[in-house]
Amino acid sequence: MKVSKEELLHIANLAQLKLKDEEIDNYLLNLQDILNFANIVNNAPVEDLDITIGANEAKNRFRKDEIKIFEDNEALLANSAEVEQNMFKLPKVIN
Amino acid sequence: MNIIDLTVHELQEKLKNNEVTITEIMDAYINRINEKEPEVEAFITTYLEEAKAKARDVEDKVKSGEITGDFAGIPIGIKDNICMKGTKTTCASKMLENFVAPYDASVIEKLKDENLISLGKLNMDEFAMGSSTENSYFKKTKNPWDLNKVPGGSSGGSAAAVAANLVPWALGSDTGGSIRQPASLCGVVGLKPTYGLVSRYGLVAFASSLDQIGPITKDVKDSAILLNLIAGKDEKDTTSEEVPKKDYVKALKNDVKGMKIGVPKEFFGEGINKEVKEQLEKAIQTYKELGAEIEEFSLDIAQYALATYYIIACAEASSNLGRFDGIRYGYRTPEYTNLKDIYKKSRSEGLGDEVKRRIILGTYVLSSGYYDAYYKKAQKVRTLVSNEFSKAFEKYDIILTPTAPTTAFKIGEKSSNPLEMYLADICTVSVNIAGLPGISIPCGVDNEGMPVGLQLIGNKFKEETILNAAYAFEQKVKFREMYKPEFKK
Repeated sequence: MKVSKEELLHIANLAQLKLKDEEIDNYLLNLQDILNFANIVNNAPVEDLDITIGANEAKNRFRKDEIKIFEDNEALLANSAEVEQNMFKLPKVIN
Repeated sequence: MNIIDLTVHELQEKLKNNEVTITEIMDAYINRINEKEPEVEAFITTYLEEAKAKARDVEDKVKSGEITGDFAGIPIGIKDNICMKGTKTTCASKMLENFVAPYDASVIEKLKDENLISLGKLNMDEFAMGSSTENSYFKKTKNPWDLNKVPGGSSGGSAAAVAANLVPWALGSDTGGSIRQPASLCGVVGLKPTYGLVSRYGLVAFASSLDQIGPITKDVKDSAILLNLIAGKDEKDTTSEEVPKKDYVKALKNDVKGMKIGVPKEFFGEGINKEVKEQLEKAIQTYKELGAEIEEFSLDIAQYALATYYIIACAEASSNLGRFDGIRYGYRTPEYTNLKDIYKKSRSEGLGDEVKRRIILGTYVLSSGYYDAYYKKAQKVRTLVSNEFSKAFEKYDIILTPTAPTTAFKIGEKSSNPLEMYLADICTVSVNIAGLPGISIPCGVDNEGMPVGLQLIGNKFKEETILNAAYAFEQKVKFREMYKPEFKK
């Protein structure tokens, strides 16, 4: 499958990435290369096989829904670029 | 006696017999780091002063009987994608350059409970994406056997630090070979446990269905000892499994008589370096001499597994790395106009080239129109790979392959061609795809004196089988007595 520049930019937008012009050409080439290689999965004899989503047996793990307080609130907030009144500060979202 | 040459079990023995003290061990490692780290550049962060103070404290407490245990005061190095409370955990990324972990990973809690002392956080490919440690935002780690060559990756800092005696042992993480391949390139022992044996809580996620933490050590016994310390179910990781507690050291029986070892011929085909093959053939001969039953068989999955790996790992990474948006933690762009702008600019400026490449690939294979052709197909191939391994383990106790198709390559040699770099993982990824345990041990050197690694793959939760087989080989071949890193310039 051939990847177009528009498609690459669409994908980058979905991934919340802004590509520079020089990155675009490079990534187009790499992506094409890797996808050509990845196409080999289409030759694998998998017609009758189910999908696998994880390495271990797929089963639900249940536990009680209990609140556990994380003591060191300050340490969590300290990693944010901007904090005010014990909250993460963001630019205005709703106009 | 040179302290830094000793394995951890040898250090423990000497401590027990009062031939060495905890502070002497710590001082020896700090001196070694001061001497060799400028050449090797294995660490992102060191805590040498803190480690020295901690060693004194632990020594006092051991003397007074306040703390006991075989691991009190033993130094260790930690890959920088494992959270240690109050210290930087960067994942070798500009994105997390100033991230201070607010909690301990479960494996770190276990080490702290036993009073091990961390010397620092070790370099890696950014977010564990790479096979040479060249993708670190901070520095390029050198291979201690030849400083012009890569140490492998992504746990290249961990493997190089152990090989160069900067730490007696280290923790790494392995998503597609990131413990085993650098161990192979640096001539040390690297073990990827079965998926679910070791808790991933506090390991910064790359591909959650493939990631496992594991030991990188000087010898097989240390590998078993460290696995004993870190294995076990953890309620904080729902993918960790309840398996009966085993003593992996007791499994080292130094006896492989009658053990059935399968050798998949496809893992010795095109693309595998001639000298690697020669060393592997010698290793197979050694196992025959030790009384193992060797049989060649067909396991034609390597190419499928590699393609499947890059589809699945990148898909999971594109989702996992969505959290780095400049809001709660990580790099935030200095200039922005709105929220969307923060997301896009912070990610684009804070993430490196290979990480963005994999996020794009992952987003592509998950996007409408390509999901069925790539992602769903890859999940089916994952079933195929697991089935093929299951069939093989009906006949064999162990599967033997090379760990990597080549020995260590020159810095810069493959960094411009991502696909070529991906091929470095051809022998290791299928083990992660199927969730199996795998160990790499050194088995010889090539014409340039660079180490060659041998990979032993076991059935699920059969770490004891591969550790025992690795141990028997090690006791016979005595690689560490014959070869040492030369820091060739």
